[in-house]
Amino acid sequence: MKKQAVQAEEILNSANKLRWQIGDQFHDSLMESIYRDAERISQTVVNKKDEKPRFNWDRTLDRILTSRVVGLPVMMLLLALVFWITIAGANVPSGMIASVLIDKVHPILKDAASVLPWWMSGLLVDGVYLAAAWVISVMLPPMAIFFPMFTLLEDFGYLPRVAFNLDNLFRKSGAHGKQALTMSMGYGCNAAGIVATRIIDSPRERLIAIITNNFALCNGRWPTQILIASLFIGSLAPPALAGLVSAGAVMAVTLLGILLTFATSWALSRTILRGEASTFSLELPPYRPPRILQTLYTSLIDRTIFVLWRAVVFAVPAGAVIWLISNIKIGDLSIAAHIINLFDPFGLFIGLNGVILLAYIIAIPANEIVIPTILMLTVLSLHMAGVGEGAGVMFELQNSDAYMRLFNAGGWTLLTAINLMLFSLVHNPCSTTLYTIYKETKSAKWTAISAFLPIIMGLLLCFFVAQIWRLVQGMG
Amino acid sequence: MSQTISPQCETCPVHHAGNLIKLGVNMDSWDYVVALAGNPNTGKSTVFNALTGLRQHTGNWPGKTVTRAEGGFVYHDKRYKLVDLPGTYSLLSTSTDEEVARNFILFGKPDVTVIVVDATRLERNLNLVLQVLEITDRAVVCLNLIDEARRHQLNVDDRTLAKELGVPVVPAAARQGEGMAALLGTIDEVAGGQIVCKPHRIKSESRQVRAALEALVKMIQERFPGLSNARWVALRLLEGDHHVIEALRSGALGDLGQEKSVGQVAA
Repeated sequence: MKKQAVQAEEILNSANKLRWQIGDQFHDSLMESIYRDAERISQTVVNKKDEKPRFNWDRTLDRILTSRVVGLPVMMLLLALVFWITIAGANVPSGMIASVLIDKVHPILKDAASVLPWWMSGLLVDGVYLAAAWVISVMLPPMAIFFPMFTLLEDFGYLPRVAFNLDNLFRKSGAHGKQALTMSMGYGCNAAGIVATRIIDSPRERLIAIITNNFALCNGRWPTQILIASLFIGSLAPPALAGLVSAGAVMAVTLLGILLTFATSWALSRTILRGEASTFSLELPPYRPPRILQTLYTSLIDRTIFVLWRAVVFAVPAGAVIWLISNIKIGDLSIAAHIINLFDPFGLFIGLNGVILLAYIIAIPANEIVIPTILMLTVLSLHMAGVGEGAGVMFELQNSDAYMRLFNAGGWTLLTAINLMLFSLVHNPCSTTLYTIYKETKSAKWTAISAFLPIIMGLLLCFFVAQIWRLVQGMG
Repeated sequence: MSQTISPQCETCPVHHAGNLIKLGVNMDSWDYVVALAGNPNTGKSTVFNALTGLRQHTGNWPGKTVTRAEGGFVYHDKRYKLVDLPGTYSLLSTSTDEEVARNFILFGKPDVTVIVVDATRLERNLNLVLQVLEITDRAVVCLNLIDEARRHQLNVDDRTLAKELGVPVVPAAARQGEGMAALLGTIDEVAGGQIVCKPHRIKSESRQVRAALEALVKMIQERFPGLSNARWVALRLLEGDHHVIEALRSGALGDLGQEKSVGQVAA
C-alpha cells in the first residue's frame, strides 16, 4: 500500500510540474478546439431550407407560458383546471367502487367469515379488508385522473417552463431554480421528488430542496384535501359553484405549500444552510405533441397502480392496528379511547382534536389512510349507534350528509376542517419518504430535521389559525 | 447499413421480430454491454424502451433520468445489456447524476457507446460526441428527433456527418419507432467488429501537451494496470481536477474500472 501511495504522489508531482510547463491556457484551448470542431461539422452537415418559416408554435406558446406578466397566472389556471377536473371527475367512480367493495362485497365476506371466531373475522374483514377497500375507492379515481393529466403536461414539455417561471423566486429565496422540477415530482410522490433532487449540483441547495419537498402535496394527501374541501368548504357555496369553490380551496392549500417552500428555503439559506444560490442553465425543450396512449399506459400502470399498491400494503396493517386498539379494552375504555382522551385537550387547543392527532400517528407509514382512520376513530369515540358496522370498522358513508352528521356529532367545526387541511400540508413526511431522505443524505441529522421541522411548523400554524379564528369569532 | 429499409417496414413488428427479442430486465448473462449516452432530453430513455421493451418513465424535461437503468435484448443470437444513463452535457461535469453517466462511459468499459443526439441542436450535442469519441473506438451516433428537425425545415446530412465523425450515424425518430431497426443492426455490427470505427480526434494538442500526456499516461498505467481511460485521467490531472486527484490518492480510481463500481456510485 505504501508503494502505491508513493506512486500516486509521484504522479501528482509530475502532473503539477507538467501543468506549469504547458501553461494554464491548456484547458481553454482544449475546450475551444472541441467547440470549433463541433461548429465546423454542424455547419457542414446541417442545412436549413430557405423556405419562409411556418407559424412557429413553440415560440408563440413560450411567449404566453413563460411571459413575465401572464406566465404565473396561466400556470395557476392550469393547476386549478387540473384540480377541478380531478375533483369533479372522481366523485362518481369513487362512489361506484365504494358501493361495490363495501356495500356488496363486505357483507358477503362477513357471511363467509362467520365460521371463524368473532375476533378473527373482525380483524380480517372489518379491519384489514375494509381498510384496503376504502383506500382503493378513495384513491383510485382521483389518481387515475390526476396522474395522466400531469404526465401529459410533462410529456408536452411544460415542466421546464414551470421551473423557468419560478426560477427567480427560488433564487431570491437562496435556493436552486431546478427545485421547481423536484417540487413538481413531489406532487406525485415526495419520495420520488427526493430522488429527483440529484439534478441539483450543490449539496447546500440539494438539502434545501430535500427538506422543503414535503410542502408539495403528494398523492397520499390529495384525497384528504379534496374530501375535506368538498365537504366543508364546497358546501358553503351554492350547489352549482361547489365544485369550483372546493377546487379553489385545494388550490389555496397548494399555493400555501409553494409559499412555505419559498419561506422555508429562505430561512434555511440564511441560517443552517447559508450560502448564495448557484447559477445553472436550463434547457427549454421543444413542445412535443403528447403521446396519449403511451402516457395513459405509463401513468396508469407505473404510477397509479404502483402508488395504489403501496397504499393498500400500508392500509392492511393499519386496519388491523385500528381494529385492535379499538377492541382491546383497558378498564372500561378501549386503548384508542384512552389515547384520544389524552390527546383531546391539546388537539382542541390548536383547533384540531385527539382523533385527528391519533390518526396522524397511525398514518405515519402512509398519508393515504388518514381520512379512513379519522372516520373510524370518530365513530368509536362517540359510541355512535347505527353508523358504520360497529366498533373498529372502517367504512364508507353513503353520502356527504352522512359524513357531515358524523363530523358535527364529533364536534367538528369549519375551523377543524381548515386546520386538518393545513396540518395535512404541513406535517412530517411519511416513513417511505424519510427512509429515502436518509438514503440520499446518509445523515440522521438531516433526516431528523426534515421530519421535525414540518411538524413544529404545522402545530404552530394550526395554533395561530385557531387563535385568530377564536379572536374573530369572539368579536363577532 | 447496406440495405435500405422502408419506414413502413421499420415500424412493423414483423420486420425484426425474427431477430429482436426484448428481454426487459431479465438479464443474467450477456455478450455485449451497450451504453446509451447523450445530452439531457434527447430521448435516451425512449430509445432504451424501444430496444428493451421496458417502459421506463419518459418525460419531456432535462434531468428526468437520475440513475442508470439496465435492460436487455437478444439480437442475432447475441445477448446485449443496455444501460440507460442520465443525460450529460460534458464529460467534465460534476453533479451526481452526470457523474453516474461519466463514470460509466469512462470506466464501465461498454462494448458499444450509443450517443443519442438531438438533430435540431446538433452543434451543442456534438460537443459531447467529440468528447466521447476522444475516449472510445466503438461508438454509434443515433441522430434522434429527425422528425422534429424535418418539421423545423432542417436537413441533416447523416452520411457526411458519419464521415466527419468516423463512426456510424443512424437517423431516428425513436418516439415513432423510426430507425430502431437500423440502430440495432449497426450496434450489432460495431459490437461484432464488422464495422471498425475511426473516430474523429481533436488535433489541436501542441507537441508539449502531447509529451506531457504521454509521460503521465505511462505513470498512471503503472499504478493502475487495466484502467481503461488513463489518457482522460491524465488530462484531468493536468487540469487539476480535485475529484480525480482525490480518487488517485485514495486508490478509488482503480475501482472505477470494475463493472460494479458504477452501481455503487449510483446507489
